[in-house]
Amino acid sequence: MKEKDTIAAIATGLTNAGISVIRVSGEQAFSVGNSVFYSEKNINLEKVPGYSAHYGKIVYEGEVLDEAVVLVMRAPHSYTGENTVEISCHGGVLVTKRILEAVLSSGARVAEPGEFTKRAFLNGRMDLAEAEAVIDIIEAKTEFARKASVGQLGGRLSEKIRAIRREILDSISYIEAALDDPEHISLDGYDQELTEKLTQLLNEISKLERSFQEGRVLTEGVKTVILGKPNAGKSSLMNLFAGEEKAIVTEIAGTTRDVLSEQINISGIGFMMVDTAGIRETCDVVEKIGVERSLKQAEEADLILYVVDSSRPLDENDRKILNFISDKKSIIVYNKTDLTPVVKKEDIEELSPGSRIIGISAKEAVDFEKLKDCMAELFERGEIIVNDQIMITNLRHKEALADAEKSIRAVFSSMEQGFGEDLWTIDLTDAYASLGTIIGEAVDDDVVNRIFEKFCMGK
Amino acid sequence: MQYGRKMPVLEEYVDVAVIGAGHAGCEAALASARLGCSTVLFTVSVDSIAMMPCNPNIGGSSKGHLVREIDALGGEMGKNIDRAFIQSKMLNSSKGPAVHSLRAQADKQEYTRAMRTVLENTEGLFIRQAEVSDIDIEDGRIVSVRTVSGAVYHCKSAVICTGTYLRARCLFGNVINQTGPNGLQAATHLTQSLIDNGIELRRFKTGTPARIDKRSIDFSKMTEQFGDERIIPFSFTTDRDSIQKEQVSCWLTYTNENTHDIIRKNIDRSPLFSGVIQGTGPRYCPSIEDKVVRFPDRDRHQLFIEPEGLYTNEMYIGGMSSSLPEDVQVSMIHTVPGLENARVVRNAYAIEYDCVNAVQLKHTLEFKNIRGLYAAGQFNGSSGYEEAAAQGIIAGINAAKHALGKEELVLDRSQAYIGVLIDDLVTKETREPYRMMTSRAEYRLVLRQDNADLRLTEIGHKIGLISDARYEAFLNKKKAIEDEFNRLKNTYVGGTEEVQALLSQYGSTPLNNGISLAELMNRPELSYEILAPIDHNRPRLPEDVVEEAVILVKYEGYISRQEKQIQQFKKLENKKLDPDFDYDQIKGLRREAVQKLNAIKPASVGQASRISGVSPADISVLLVYFRMT
Repeated sequence: MKEKDTIAAIATGLTNAGISVIRVSGEQAFSVGNSVFYSEKNINLEKVPGYSAHYGKIVYEGEVLDEAVVLVMRAPHSYTGENTVEISCHGGVLVTKRILEAVLSSGARVAEPGEFTKRAFLNGRMDLAEAEAVIDIIEAKTEFARKASVGQLGGRLSEKIRAIRREILDSISYIEAALDDPEHISLDGYDQELTEKLTQLLNEISKLERSFQEGRVLTEGVKTVILGKPNAGKSSLMNLFAGEEKAIVTEIAGTTRDVLSEQINISGIGFMMVDTAGIRETCDVVEKIGVERSLKQAEEADLILYVVDSSRPLDENDRKILNFISDKKSIIVYNKTDLTPVVKKEDIEELSPGSRIIGISAKEAVDFEKLKDCMAELFERGEIIVNDQIMITNLRHKEALADAEKSIRAVFSSMEQGFGEDLWTIDLTDAYASLGTIIGEAVDDDVVNRIFEKFCMGK
Repeated sequence: MQYGRKMPVLEEYVDVAVIGAGHAGCEAALASARLGCSTVLFTVSVDSIAMMPCNPNIGGSSKGHLVREIDALGGEMGKNIDRAFIQSKMLNSSKGPAVHSLRAQADKQEYTRAMRTVLENTEGLFIRQAEVSDIDIEDGRIVSVRTVSGAVYHCKSAVICTGTYLRARCLFGNVINQTGPNGLQAATHLTQSLIDNGIELRRFKTGTPARIDKRSIDFSKMTEQFGDERIIPFSFTTDRDSIQKEQVSCWLTYTNENTHDIIRKNIDRSPLFSGVIQGTGPRYCPSIEDKVVRFPDRDRHQLFIEPEGLYTNEMYIGGMSSSLPEDVQVSMIHTVPGLENARVVRNAYAIEYDCVNAVQLKHTLEFKNIRGLYAAGQFNGSSGYEEAAAQGIIAGINAAKHALGKEELVLDRSQAYIGVLIDDLVTKETREPYRMMTSRAEYRLVLRQDNADLRLTEIGHKIGLISDARYEAFLNKKKAIEDEFNRLKNTYVGGTEEVQALLSQYGSTPLNNGISLAELMNRPELSYEILAPIDHNRPRLPEDVVEEAVILVKYEGYISRQEKQIQQFKKLENKKLDPDFDYDQIKGLRREAVQKLNAIKPASVGQASRISGVSPADISVLLVYFRMT
């Protein structure tokens, strides 16, 4: 049986880091550990207590590969619930790979992606929601995102969903009981009671749903679209953010015709920077498509950086764009402060009162920090609450909530149209099932598959 | 007996032996014989074939569905009640179509007589009055059954339908009779043979109310319950016009605090509460003393006074089954309005009997460990005539298919109430007699009583119980329904004077644009009938075709949502599990889940998910385990 194999993988990233960890899990973990680990005290890993650490050397084919600290965890008190040995060695791609090789030649096999977590799940160490949250933690690119995922791992989302489901189940049971035993259980006036209850549940569900908007910020980053006329310096700005030559920067206006994006991190907040084609009236078909795409991106943006070339006068295009962004969260980047200004900041303020304007020179990287601070501040000012609220960070969860919401609304419309209570339960059952898929209490094969497919190696 | 020499005994050879001629046994034997198997049907009394020892009606909430399904598969119960009914009523007709349920009062003797006639005229079916005492198993398969007198019936398959007769005893007060229902002879020998063959039995209990003399009832103090004006038959083959007839009434009255006082004062004299009765009773068909104890706040309970038939003055007191001593029974009856002077003909009593733990059965109703041995009816832990008959037809079909070496039939929960019933019995370790209820069917909007033929006739025909002629007629009906449905969806009416006038007559918003008849019908204030004057090309159609088309139009959205649920259900249902798998191998399963899974060995992940004690988390563990290893 494959489940009984002892598996091993490098648990840390494969880069030249200060430290690397090789994780070994399974019945034979200790004997595998023993065959590569040598200490002066001749420690036998089979005999030492759980949660103990031991210093020694890793030896393979008569050669000392590295010094290491070996951490021993005994079943079921480990991540996987199995006997586990974690070898912490000095980082280094070559050494780490050699130690894994040593481990593998001692009876372990390479773990499949997600296999440690799969075992943890199969050994009852976590439920599906928790397993899914593990993926989110791994994929989380910022500190905020990680905290939200940890909240899920702790089961706060599960608790909330369970409470909502319990309410729905109570209603279903009551209706069913009344259908079976009309003599003793009456449904007179129950529609009103149910309406009140469902209205409240709907509130809670849409609140969770809305938190996805914010939750998405945490995993994907704040979607920030750089907008401006051709040659305003958008690509230069993008390059500053990306820290490398991402976009093509030329003197020819309209060179950026596709949408380029890059995830960055400012003070622990993730931003998804999106560079766009310059916006202007144009007859060039290809360029026109680029302009349309830019506007579409901007529509979906959480934040718009509107780059204004201060060395050229404002025109009709600027007015249009300023109008377009007036109801959106935006920062106006007053660019090319290294050149003689033609446009004054006041001119822009006049057109777009109350806007945030930051002057920079993208080309010379002057005052770039100011812009970044402004971006971070915008989100730190409490527009996203991370810890006091249950966050949905996963698209699948959001879809399930949306489905549940749809089903509950269908119950309302059944009531309005005068359809009987035996039909309400069809949609209540759907709502119950949709919510169940979030916490693994309604079994959905697709969900199980999707969760375990997303795992990376070593987890 | 001399060693090495056999006593000469009667020996016969049949394909299928059916033990018991109640509602399960009759359907089983008929199905088997009609499928071409020589079939012997054993009964302890030929005079009590298809007897109704309790309530004098067939059908009712969700049970009516079962009868319709039996009929669509080619069974007899629906046809037989159409011959023997004396009142008919469509229950819940004010509610949605999923909970409409047909119920008919039966003339009990006529029902028995009519069924016996059918059995006796079925080719290949032989009735035998004898008590079966033994089943013989060789190499894990049934080879013969033996009677108390020693006769051996060699068979390829056998169906156990012993109902409430196995080691039966009837009780009221401190009176214990070692008999089956109605004082009939109990079957006392078979139990030991079943146990010897490794079959696990349990003991259940049920009960029946007293019967009283019609002449002693004052009906003026009760509410009369009439039958429907337009009688709808159970069987899809019965012509509606041919069965319209004069009906008899039932009567509604109530218990009161005086009744309840008498019961409370004497509760210690009930064998149920004194501990004499050990069998588990049905929660959903409780005795009156159960109701009084369980619902102390209720100041009254409904009682239905129902005729037992046209041939007799006996009346059944529905809702008052009891095992109290006879003096208490008479006193409590006399507290009821209209029954002050009632004369009791037969006492109420409780009956205890042996039945099987049905998780030992497959969905085909065959024992998992004994090839060719099937079980059906109350022996499987169900209650009710209809539940019994439903299992009977499935067990009979499969016993015959087994004898013929052909593929067996399993209906799932999305196909029929029969599927729900059997799946529950073989999965859920019922601790009390199992009664069919609409709430047990997850997909009840699709499993309506009106469309049972649309769901199952095809299957019945494929099995061989539905004749080509009936099948042909069915296909025509099906096509007519589809055509009318499509016509209603695709016929548009505009805002003509005639249309607007009709709409305003019924307080409906006038039309601005063209709209389909279907959409108009879905306005709450309108209906198919109301729209007749503006529906110029409406064809003349049989009423059942119209009913069906109207339901499909009106509930289209709900039906399609339910069908989506069914698709989800099928996904897990189609994930088959190895019946020999040892679940101890999966550590992530909880202890209880492992025990249950190992005990039941479910056929699919879907079935596993319905075992009590197996949680959704356990199911995801199964899914992950079987996917990635």
